[in-house]
Amino acid sequence: MATNAADASVSNALQPGTRAPEFSLLAAPGQPVTLSELEGPVVLIFYPADWSPVCSDELSMFESANGLFSDRGAQLVGIAVDSVWSHVAFKAERRLNFPLLADFHPKGEVGRSYGVYRDQDGTTERALFVLDAEHDIAWSHVSPIGISPGVDGALRAVEALS
Amino acid sequence: MSGNRAHLVEPVGPDDHVEGPDDAAITLVEYGDYQCPYCGQAYAIVKKLQSDFGSSLRLVFRNMPLTNVHPQAELAAETAEAVALQGKFWPMHDLLFEKQRDLSGPALLRYVEEVGADLSEVANALNDGVVTKRVKDDVESGIRSGVNGTPTFFVNGERYDASWDYESFHDFLQDVLEQP
Repeated sequence: MATNAADASVSNALQPGTRAPEFSLLAAPGQPVTLSELEGPVVLIFYPADWSPVCSDELSMFESANGLFSDRGAQLVGIAVDSVWSHVAFKAERRLNFPLLADFHPKGEVGRSYGVYRDQDGTTERALFVLDAEHDIAWSHVSPIGISPGVDGALRAVEALS
Repeated sequence: MSGNRAHLVEPVGPDDHVEGPDDAAITLVEYGDYQCPYCGQAYAIVKKLQSDFGSSLRLVFRNMPLTNVHPQAELAAETAEAVALQGKFWPMHDLLFEKQRDLSGPALLRYVEEVGADLSEVANALNDGVVTKRVKDDVESGIRSGVNGTPTFFVNGERYDASWDYESFHDFLQDVLEQP
């Protein structure tokens, strides 16, 4: 997909040095994940939607790299506005071993707090945030919506933390 | 923002599987997965590009099995690497893509025989872990280079993010070739 001007423009994504906003979202029915309860560095992977081809590639690449992140004590966390039921099915079908959190109600509230909600689409940007062990934002990146970002930038950012 | 586009961190070297001359104007590195249907489509397109560009194009194939979605891709990749130790990588690579609908264990054995590789040597290579490490190293170099799905192509070291349909890819490479 071609990059258009709106995609390429600088977003309002929170920048390095900012405190990562707290959240508590469901990973599965009855299973909330709360940021402040996660230990060590965290990689937040905001993606537009379960099941879309680009998102599937993106998350598969993170799954392939999961071991390289866990070697550094970093945890991967996916976030999208789909419901928890969609996430559960998507995670099982793609055999992903990291949580996918439902930013579903109020819709996109966490995405908004990180500055990556797209009002025009009702989804979030394709955005990555690397949080250090204190959960300050160490690195952030917003990709064109149609291009999977790859894992290299987030991995370098995590490796630069230590 | 991003600014710097993803690029190949592991340069093409003597351990790579290469088709085409070292001094070719275009080096096309593909990170691919034998079970990925898009890679199967890309296989035919890349063949056509090789025929179009002849000795101006050098093709390199590296492994990126996405094992969470393609459970047979890892063993297929390791088998191709085991066959490569007998100097028959490209025939095996081609056969795997041509027969990608059946990558079961018995099918892989048939393909090994079909390309004329020694089965017991392949079995030994699969058991001793060398080819496992080879595939793992490819995956890591791909991850660090910004591979963002399969297939991912790098043209002269830069990730190619546009469409790889035949027309678009051909035109892009033609432009690269004509650059002063």
